[in-house]
Amino acid sequence: MNVTAENRRLSRRLAIVAVGMFGFAFALVPFYNQICVALGINSIERPDKVVNTQIDTSRTVTIELDSNAHNLPWRFRPLVSEVKVHPGEIAMVEYEIVNMREAPVTGQAVPSYGPQHAGEYFQKIECFCFTHQTLAPGETRRMPVVFVVDPKLPKDVSTIAVSYTFFEVAGRGGKT
Amino acid sequence: MSSVAHDHAHAHDHAHDHDHHHGPYKGVMRWITTTNHKDIGTLYLWFSFIMFSVGGLMAVGIRLELFSPGLQYMDPDFFNQLTTMHGLIMVFGAIMPVFVGFANWQIPMMIGAPDMAFARLNNWSFWLLPFAATLLVLSFFMPGGAPGVGWTMYAPLTVQMGVGMDLTIFAVHILGMSSILGSINIITTILNMRAPGMTLMKMPLFVWTWLITAYLLVAAMPVLAGAVTMTLTDRHFGTTFFNAAGGGDPVLYQHIFWFFGHPEVYIIALPGFGVISQVIPAFSRKPLFGYASMVYATAAIAIISFIVWAHHMYTVGMPVTGQLFFMYATMLVAVPTGVKVFNWVATMWKGSLTFETPMLFALGFLFMFTLGGFTGLVLSIVPIDIQMHDTYYVVAHFHYVMVAGALFAAFAGVYFWLPKWTGRMYNETLGKWHFWLTLIFFNMIFFVQHFLGLAGMPRRIADYPLMFETWNKVSSIGAFGMGLAQILFLYIVVKTIRSGEPAPQRPWEGADSLEWTHLPTPPPYHTFETQPIVK
Repeated sequence: MNVTAENRRLSRRLAIVAVGMFGFAFALVPFYNQICVALGINSIERPDKVVNTQIDTSRTVTIELDSNAHNLPWRFRPLVSEVKVHPGEIAMVEYEIVNMREAPVTGQAVPSYGPQHAGEYFQKIECFCFTHQTLAPGETRRMPVVFVVDPKLPKDVSTIAVSYTFFEVAGRGGKT
Repeated sequence: MSSVAHDHAHAHDHAHDHDHHHGPYKGVMRWITTTNHKDIGTLYLWFSFIMFSVGGLMAVGIRLELFSPGLQYMDPDFFNQLTTMHGLIMVFGAIMPVFVGFANWQIPMMIGAPDMAFARLNNWSFWLLPFAATLLVLSFFMPGGAPGVGWTMYAPLTVQMGVGMDLTIFAVHILGMSSILGSINIITTILNMRAPGMTLMKMPLFVWTWLITAYLLVAAMPVLAGAVTMTLTDRHFGTTFFNAAGGGDPVLYQHIFWFFGHPEVYIIALPGFGVISQVIPAFSRKPLFGYASMVYATAAIAIISFIVWAHHMYTVGMPVTGQLFFMYATMLVAVPTGVKVFNWVATMWKGSLTFETPMLFALGFLFMFTLGGFTGLVLSIVPIDIQMHDTYYVVAHFHYVMVAGALFAAFAGVYFWLPKWTGRMYNETLGKWHFWLTLIFFNMIFFVQHFLGLAGMPRRIADYPLMFETWNKVSSIGAFGMGLAQILFLYIVVKTIRSGEPAPQRPWEGADSLEWTHLPTPPPYHTFETQPIVK
């Protein structure tokens, strides 16, 4: 086989590798999501698995509720600003959103916690943040969050701040 | 696609033609249409010097603003644009092309090949670059200016930027394409076109490091292209790869980017290692110590580079197990790198050393790069990195490996091969001045940034508290000095080309690769049309 033909063969193979690696970048997207599911991290849109445990009445944890709407024409607030719960006890709080725009709007709530590491002990059974919320023009909606504070919560944490921020779902997800 | 045999069909009788300027066209058309590896190498080298100057000016702008606390010369937006473009231009416009320039000039001569395997493809790989560079610079004049997102182009900020971001994305696509085509060419040349008897394990180490670098490029550059393509579709076509509200994740971008980004670090460093592995033996008058272990160490670095990416993102909230894995994997890089450093030192051991400019830059490389490697080890440790993340300590670290590593290696290579390329000797005194000025000013800029980082000064911010003022002033003065020192470099090179003393065939006693032993100085336009037999 002469050099020219051999060169072409090798360059074709290398080009296939390059195209394959371009595809690999996109394959990383589902791969990343699967890793997150398998490791149980980054699970903002999934209910937590709550194990039935004894209610630890010796401790009381204050849950402070906060709400924000990021560039959204929504009025979004918790009905109470804080609740006190015992670890292991099922509790429910309610939030209210009002769509101020004359058009339907879809939003997604993203929770965050203070202190940050308390997040894994704040186990949500039911939450409006598990799905997109689409509100008709002027619609008002009350939405519950049902949660359990894991009794394994470190002893030094007596207050957990739970903050939800609604982002408008634009792009592919928002266009229904 | 053109091959060498095909391309040289019209070049009849050049075996005895020693006219350096011979080519199919005269004037500017020679450079536009050239398929000659030496011409293309020259184009790459000049292009990278121009981009080095542009990126350097931006660095001077950054240091000018940081000379005093408060905002003096620019608004923070423009400052962010400068840091972003400085990074992109230096990485993709200066450091990567300079080593492709070396590869073009040297690989065919070192392995006894008449030219690169795909000579016309080679021309195209180069001529893609000026267009990409123009797009990058044009982005400054778009509404909203150039992207101010940092060279890593993290989502979600990239999704919010103006038109300049789109130009940058296209520029990255074009640069990536150029690199991939160049790499395919280099791999094919090295694997298929070596002179008879030039076995893989007889190749000069520079050729080895480029072979491995080219494989890294083919594997890593398309991943970057994928990442910026996702950014582009997020911006304009309604996808939500990196948008949390649409079910995406900005952290995903960081994973994809650094899957490219860490191999990229070694894409930049390995050819430099190759240059140093040619220079140190030549000025020690001894063969390279531990040749085989150097080859294996290079390959090991390349392989490990694909499993350490998340050490750039310890603070994103990954599980501790993940942090530990990436920490240990990162520390593992120190083993093959250590093998290389010890081999270079052992090469000099009991050698007959002389200290001409290339050797000085190689020694500067050895000291400074090792220092940068050590701060890298410090940063690989998770609890320390979480403290140091995004501070000037990191800036100091990567400039020690990028500037004192890759750039010093490039300077060493230019001084080493300039006599061969131009047929003329550079001025040794001026070369030494250039080295010492660059070394001193470089350390003035970046050594003090370690202190700033340890004290907590964050990077990529146009302003800083008063307490950081002293070291920032020192750093800025160093930057102005280092910038001026590079004007001396330009003067030395131009003076060498125009009026340097004629150089002998083998100006360096200890240099023993084919371009020194088999070719006259300067080499004729076409070399090794009859391949030498290597014993």
